Amino acid sequence: MTFRARHLLGIEHLAPEEIRTVLDLAEKYVELNQRTVKHADALAGMTQINMFFEASTRTQASFELAGKRLGADVMNMAMQHSSLKKGETLIDTALTLNAMRPDLLVVRHPASGAVDLLAQKVNGAVLNAGDGRHEHPTQALLDALTIRRAKGRIQRLTVAICGDIAHSRVARSNLILLGKMENRIRLIAPPTLMPAGVRDLGCEVFDDMREGLKDCDVVMMLRLQKERMDGGFIPSEREYYHRYGLDAEKLAHAKADAIVMHPGPMNRGVEIDGELADDINRSVIQDQVEMGVAVRMACMDLLARNLRAERGRQAVGVMV
Amino acid sequence: MTTLLTNARLIDPDALTETLGALVVADGKITEVLTQPLETTDVFPAGKVIDCKGKCLAPGIVDLGVKVGEPGERHKESFRSAGLAAAAGGVTTIIARPDTATCIDTPETLEFVTRRAAEASPVRIRHMAALTKGREGREMTEIGFLIDAGAVAFTDCDHVVTDTRVLSRALTYAKSLGALVMGHPQEPGLSAGAATTSGKFASLRGLPGVSPMAERIGFDRDMGLVEMTGAKYHFDQITTARALPPLERAKRHGFDVTAGTSIHHLTLNEFDVGDYRTFFKVKPPLRSEDDRLAVVEAVASGLIDIISSMHTPQDEESKRLPFEDAASGAVALETLLPAAMRLCHAGHLTLPQLFRAMALNPARRLGLPQGRLAVGAPADLVLFDPDAPFLLDRSTLRSKSKNTPFDGQRMEGRVLGTWVAGKRIFTAGD
Repeated sequence: MTFRARHLLGIEHLAPEEIRTVLDLAEKYVELNQRTVKHADALAGMTQINMFFEASTRTQASFELAGKRLGADVMNMAMQHSSLKKGETLIDTALTLNAMRPDLLVVRHPASGAVDLLAQKVNGAVLNAGDGRHEHPTQALLDALTIRRAKGRIQRLTVAICGDIAHSRVARSNLILLGKMENRIRLIAPPTLMPAGVRDLGCEVFDDMREGLKDCDVVMMLRLQKERMDGGFIPSEREYYHRYGLDAEKLAHAKADAIVMHPGPMNRGVEIDGELADDINRSVIQDQVEMGVAVRMACMDLLARNLRAERGRQAVGVMV
Repeated sequence: MTTLLTNARLIDPDALTETLGALVVADGKITEVLTQPLETTDVFPAGKVIDCKGKCLAPGIVDLGVKVGEPGERHKESFRSAGLAAAAGGVTTIIARPDTATCIDTPETLEFVTRRAAEASPVRIRHMAALTKGREGREMTEIGFLIDAGAVAFTDCDHVVTDTRVLSRALTYAKSLGALVMGHPQEPGLSAGAATTSGKFASLRGLPGVSPMAERIGFDRDMGLVEMTGAKYHFDQITTARALPPLERAKRHGFDVTAGTSIHHLTLNEFDVGDYRTFFKVKPPLRSEDDRLAVVEAVASGLIDIISSMHTPQDEESKRLPFEDAASGAVALETLLPAAMRLCHAGHLTLPQLFRAMALNPARRLGLPQGRLAVGAPADLVLFDPDAPFLLDRSTLRSKSKNTPFDGQRMEGRVLGTWVAGKRIFTAGD
């Protein structure tokens, strides 16, 4: 078992064996979460603060539940209404919270790189719950676990990531993770929503969805992020749905046993057909949510172990 | 008052030569350039002979486009601190930008900064004025009065005058007065909100990027207006390969245009941003390595005329923010020469070519007598050791702001002494 990271800021910093460690441990927590008594004590006595500088319901709930099931004291801070409005900088907010000695800080921020910046200033372990368009590592890990359980492996698969890639941190984290685990990755999007230079990252790029979906094992849909758009990326939602919305007809181009994923929240009738999303034979969207709690428990457990070990070393150092 | 600087490697950017020789300086001017060994130095009074020990002696740098924080942001940089930094960096003439907190768009503010600069700075400071009132791109400034008050050029800096009619009128008016206009080639619709150059790196980091084409589009529009009005025009920063062929064409057709670039675009590329290091956030953003090399090549060939520091002081608070929110700009008065020496050590430029771009060309473009090692030229000089290695520690910089991208980096090239009008204003180790 290997997991060296001090913070979980992105998939970029994880080695393939570290990813496997997270997934293996998460499997154990999936089992725990299916019992009636869901308590473990991996984080007993520890303080977890969820700082969300951007509104979130599902991710925040998932992290909160994960922390509580592992015995941490969890506090939620809705930062979009807080002292930042009074002019405090991100670093000052970080230093203030740091002085309250949290052990785990779960942070979401609308600016790319903001969580990295914050992590430089605190003593606890920082988990990136999404920074701008940069990374959302726990989402990629929970997607990987979902795929592994559905397909029996997380390598040598053909995975299509479709939709608003330009604005998506989920796409970036998945792209990196799936690449590290040696999968074939296809990006499908209208050219206006395709980030520049992605071809150089070793993906295949398509603007025709049927062509891109051909023989795929996994189809990951992304939410059209209307709130991040400053106008004019697509002509209309109905044209987008016509060309890039996933329905049974388009899915027929993928392998017969291809699974459908979506990080949520979904825009039914914009990027995905409502019926397809609910089709338990194809859609694993609810599994993704379930895996989310387990993966976050695993991540926090592993970071807490490293934190304890580090503090142990420091304590010994003090005595010497 | 006669001084002899002897045993020096004379860097002549006009003749593009390096020769061992000596300079005689009297009354603030160069009175003799000697390239033969002297038989005797006895005619010079004691203490007035400076042995340069074979180090390089060049005309002082004329730095076109320095931001000083006066008025309005003196906590970031004052005329005093900028002047001291310049002296330590071998810059003997600062051409100050008008993009201050109240911008320099009236003769009154220009007179104020001129007086402040003269009181506080050991190096010469000349001022540019805004091209439009408030740099808002709506009405031209009092170009005539501002010339009378000493403005050497007119620019709205990084604010592109988007209204083409306003710019065409300002250029027409400036042309009638023979004024030089400096513009920022950029298509502002494309670059709005951008923090990096678009591409693989920007995509991975999740940062909003601007296509390098935005510079070319801005260039083409400005060039069209230059063709229409016949104005004297300088492109402040050309940083992409795509803008070079049209620049070459414009010069070949005899238009009165010149171009500059910044030291950061010559020595750094987009990947240097690394993990969101905001000291590497400049405007326009750092480019690809291919663009950097093309621009270096253009400086060597003389297609790009001028290298500037684009010195932009920012305090810690405006840089210690998420990358997108952080302020743009880097200080560079003190690091300009050692950073530029990288280009010489890498074999891209010779020392005379470098000083052609950093001293002769900017002075010539602004009609200043500086930038030459010739009899009659002002004795604004820099003596430096091109090979002296050091590790840059930003806390030692003389600028009030310490936002340099070169912190902790190995540099080569140290200024040993700086003279303005024959008076020594900086000595290494002082």
